[in-house]
Amino acid sequence: MVNPAFAGRTYPPTPAYEVGREKIREFAEATGAHPAHTDPDAARALGYADVIAPPTFAVLIAQRCDAQLVRDPEAGIDYSRVVHGEQTFVHHRPIVAGDRLVAVLHVDGVRAAGGHAMVTTRSEIATEAGEPVCTASSTLVVRGES
Amino acid sequence: MIAFDDVAVGDSLPGASFPVTREHLVRYCGASGDFNTIHWSQRIARDVGLPDVIAHGMFTMATAVRVVTDWCGDPGAIVEYGVRFTKPVPVPDVGGAVIDVTAVVAVKDDAARTVRVDLTATIPGPDGAGPVGVLGRARAVVRLA
Repeated sequence: MVNPAFAGRTYPPTPAYEVGREKIREFAEATGAHPAHTDPDAARALGYADVIAPPTFAVLIAQRCDAQLVRDPEAGIDYSRVVHGEQTFVHHRPIVAGDRLVAVLHVDGVRAAGGHAMVTTRSEIATEAGEPVCTASSTLVVRGES
Repeated sequence: MIAFDDVAVGDSLPGASFPVTREHLVRYCGASGDFNTIHWSQRIARDVGLPDVIAHGMFTMATAVRVVTDWCGDPGAIVEYGVRFTKPVPVPDVGGAVIDVTAVVAVKDDAARTVRVDLTATIPGPDGAGPVGVLGRARAVVRLA
């Protein structure tokens, strides 16, 4: 059973994730590439300093951040029972190649619903200097033992 | 590029159909780092009660928003994007799957110069049944010039 005492917990910032051009390209090619993700000139024509990440790229950073909770034995989350329920990204600005991003995990809620547990997490992703870049929120459903 | 003043509530964006094969899922595993076995092993997917290998919810989310990106011409204009994952997308080894995406402008915010686009993503139902929605409350907020 998921430990309700984790609700409201905030974690220290993660180590920096350095956003690489080629990682953006790889992710974009896996999800349907727009030239702004793969061609620096196309990105510059739209006003960006370098290639920008696709709208859901931040999940790479958010899922690493969530892992602090999910992989903590004290939290009582059986990962084989976890289903992704909801995901939201609020982009304060696009992620650009070369960004070094840190994330702070907030456990916004742990509640029981119909034999399952719903865990709501929020990763506040920012530059190392503290500029907000993306808020990624997710709801994980931990299916109950049936 | 689409201009804010040229958009009206109720406008439909050009929809699209996205074929999905096992190769797409393997690529997405590598790109995202999500190697959960239900996305590549039919045996394990069936062992846990799924009909077949299923697409990552995040893959479906990323695929659906292409309709918005292709419409507005700037992926960086998407300032907010959220979905609920309502049904899995099974991806058989032979034939794969198809995700059909439609989108409509639901809200215009004159002060922020943003529009909210509501997305519908479906797959054909089993055995010729009607379409099955795979995302709920799929909404993208786009800032337009």
